[in-house]
Amino acid sequence: MLELQNISFGVTEDNGSGSVDKEILNDINLKIDDNKFVVITGPNGGGKSTLAKIIAGIEKPTSGRIFLDGVDITDKNVTERAKAGISFAFQQPVRFKGIQVLDLIRLAAGRRMSPADACKYLAEVGLCAKDYINREVNASLSGGELKRIEIATVLARSTRLSVFDEPEAGIDLWSFQNLIQVFEKMRSQINDSSIMIISHQERILEIADDIVVLRSGKIAASGPRDEILPALIGTPSAVEACKVLTGK
Amino acid sequence: MLKIKEIDEIQKRLLQEIADLHSVPEGAFNIRANGESAMRNTTANIDIISKENGSGIDIKIKPGTKNESVHIPVVMSQSGLKEVVYNDFYIGEDSDVVIVAGCGIDNCGTQDSEHDGIHRFFVGKGAKVKYVEKHYGSGDGTGKRLLNPGTEVYMEEDSTMEMEMVQIKGVDSTKRDTKAELSAGARLVVQERLMTHGTQDAYSIYKVVLNGDDSSADVVSRSVARDHSYQKLDMCILGNAACHGHTECDSIIMDEGRILAVPSLEANSTEAALVHEAAIGKIAGEQIIKLMTLGLTEAEAEEQIINGFLK
Repeated sequence: MLELQNISFGVTEDNGSGSVDKEILNDINLKIDDNKFVVITGPNGGGKSTLAKIIAGIEKPTSGRIFLDGVDITDKNVTERAKAGISFAFQQPVRFKGIQVLDLIRLAAGRRMSPADACKYLAEVGLCAKDYINREVNASLSGGELKRIEIATVLARSTRLSVFDEPEAGIDLWSFQNLIQVFEKMRSQINDSSIMIISHQERILEIADDIVVLRSGKIAASGPRDEILPALIGTPSAVEACKVLTGK
Repeated sequence: MLKIKEIDEIQKRLLQEIADLHSVPEGAFNIRANGESAMRNTTANIDIISKENGSGIDIKIKPGTKNESVHIPVVMSQSGLKEVVYNDFYIGEDSDVVIVAGCGIDNCGTQDSEHDGIHRFFVGKGAKVKYVEKHYGSGDGTGKRLLNPGTEVYMEEDSTMEMEMVQIKGVDSTKRDTKAELSAGARLVVQERLMTHGTQDAYSIYKVVLNGDDSSADVVSRSVARDHSYQKLDMCILGNAACHGHTECDSIIMDEGRILAVPSLEANSTEAALVHEAAIGKIAGEQIIKLMTLGLTEAEAEEQIINGFLK
């Protein structure tokens, strides 16, 4: 399905005394097979979101090639990749004045669909469709609502590969509990497609087929969940995070 | 029904653009084509009378008229025509009506065509009015299409008026001047949608005076300036009583477009609660990228964003 070959990505930053090259991704090789639910995890700043953006075509790699179903898509732009079968759910969903939820779902599906059909996608992500279908995708929606609508647009596209960048970011734990079910359902209905999710959530990691750990721009570990997950849980970073969360 | 002359194909197309009219409308109407009244219909409750000096029409709506509509579209397909028309609306107490006005100009000639419609509304106590005004221009001629609408609204106690003012295509130059005075308990809602392109310029000026206690006004303009066009949005609310006023200019600039937004407030009573907002910016890059990830091209994404914004 998707193959990344020797992907590197760097930026030039001004540190005050001159410009320095900073490496975000370093020689990433990764394959995502058909019908796989793959979770990319790792510490913040490790390059996860950059990797997702490179797959969607939003960022161009400094070097390396990307293949979708054997076709080199490295030089294709965002639109061409979307048409080739890649969907991307933003970590921070974009707001639009005047564009309604129904409009966005229709644009995602690429066809005129009835409000009733569009509502099905909202119901999938746990939104009471009639309350939302005519709402504007603007600042009146909460972070959690936007996130669900973002996921609904990806569902409406039903492409070969769906990439979700931290679906848990910006929403409270209560809301996320319900979202887990959405991903569990996607996992169970995976059919001739693949899902890639960037996440720190244990509940998401638990339903992965494969887990990839990205640290400092490199793949630190990669393999089936049962091999990778035990090593992740209980790591010093997780313990630190727990201390912060519980205040102890 | 008074039928003076047939309207031609271009005029029919203009009517569709400005009034969504595909055939003769129901209810009261007056269609003005190339400077003269082409068709008119009145109802038991709504009378349309030509002014004696021929400068326009009086529309009289009887008190208590409910769920009726008045269409008064103007179309011009003859190059070089210039006219000033005065239309006065007398809306009876406790009536509830929809008024659709608008002007479409098709100019394929070399001379400028201009329509200046001056509309005055006298809204009776407790009356409810929905007013829709669309302006549209087309034609490949070098002659300009000019529209300078003047609107005056006088609202009696507890009356309500919603105004939808739309001008999104083809008008070369416009100066829109709207004034309103509200008595106690009256409520005015204005939604303006403006798009300019080419080398057009548009001036939109509002002055809303809240004279009565519990009167309120919400004046919101959304506009897009493309190419080399220019817009000035000047929206002022005056509060002279215990009233609520809100005005907002929200604009997108593209290409070499320019916009001057001047929302302003004047409070002459300590009980007046007035708010204004203004924002101008280009289309956010992330909005375009999001729509591109749904398979739209950059140009299609821009179009969707603008369509939504002006909806």
